[in-house]
Amino acid sequence: MSEKTSLKVEFSKGIWEQNPVFIAVLGMCPVLAVTNSAINGIAMGLATFFVLFCSSILVSSLRKLIPKQVRITAFIIIIATFVTVADFTLQAFFPVIHKELGAFIALIVVNCLILGRQEAFAYKNRLGPSIADASGMGVGFLLALFLLGAVREILGSGSLFGISVFGPEFEPWIIMILPPGGFFALGFLLLFFSWFKRIRNPEREERKPGGHQDG
Amino acid sequence: MGELLWIFTSAVLVNNFTLSYFLGLCPFFGVSGRLDTALRMGLANIFVMLITAICAWVLNEFVLSHAPYLRLICFIIVIASTVQFVEMAIKKLSPELFKALGIFLPLITTNCAILGLALFSTNKGYGLGQGLVYALGAGVGVTLALVIMAGIREETKVLDIPEAVEGTALNLIIAGILSMSFMGFAGLFSSG
Repeated sequence: MSEKTSLKVEFSKGIWEQNPVFIAVLGMCPVLAVTNSAINGIAMGLATFFVLFCSSILVSSLRKLIPKQVRITAFIIIIATFVTVADFTLQAFFPVIHKELGAFIALIVVNCLILGRQEAFAYKNRLGPSIADASGMGVGFLLALFLLGAVREILGSGSLFGISVFGPEFEPWIIMILPPGGFFALGFLLLFFSWFKRIRNPEREERKPGGHQDG
Repeated sequence: MGELLWIFTSAVLVNNFTLSYFLGLCPFFGVSGRLDTALRMGLANIFVMLITAICAWVLNEFVLSHAPYLRLICFIIVIASTVQFVEMAIKKLSPELFKALGIFLPLITTNCAILGLALFSTNKGYGLGQGLVYALGAGVGVTLALVIMAGIREETKVLDIPEAVEGTALNLIIAGILSMSFMGFAGLFSSG
């Protein structure tokens, strides 16, 4: 496999095949907590993308300097630094969104997706593949958050990006923008994906989802 | 006293960390397969949360006013290392307690419920006493959610469930129904 195609593989695996939310079910706390509207989902997705991308670059470039015994601590310090940057940037330029997302921006630090990618990929690979992997995972996460936010906003407020979809007669399902709606929306989306996969490859053995990580 | 009681009940029922803030979901889904493991995980959570409340208060009072931008890094590192020290102390002093809670401690030290607790309680400006009560409430709330979830999941094992629904999808839907029933507590306090 040439260098270029392998980069492409690293990038695209995060979007569908190993999508962090729908397949690996990582980093669920922000996924459910902030997706009560599409725009919040996108903001959170972009912030996570930024942190994941920058941390992967730094971890991958420093991987020979970070001793194995303290690598997790080093990763956390790197991640926390970028989260602080993202937190203050949002607070300065988009105070409204920052207020809506609240403490969940700060909680990106403990998103197991980010720490997981550093440990599983960036620490073991060169800069190029690490960037491709981080971008793919980041985009996959962003897409998932957007999808979930859009579904919940359409059902819960009858609008998308604040523009009414169904017209004034639609009775919004308030429950969808409240906490239980997050569990239901993700539950039914996962259900739909596993059903879809079953229909497409009926004979292929269903792969069990990976073990839950902490976070 | 009334205020402390209010903080406690609201953290346990109304603003349950797991079911309405979505914090600490990974252990919530990860270890809720069996009732006794879930209970021990919950107790370990209460324990770490109480330590967190003390750390957060000390840091907030004496350190962070000089360097607010170090808040996240400070919280994580101080909480994680304090828990490690306490873990060593427990291992020495009470091997039984360590056996019951020990394996969970490293798992939850940097979990989002713990960091979330530290952030929320400093954002709300709680003092040491209020912070401890809030931590206790949050911990009890997490334990309650874990134990109920584990109870339901033990029951689902004997049911005939379509294969496509099994696993995470089913757990999420159960959690949704649980979260919906906890929403009923929202009217408990008029200002809540």
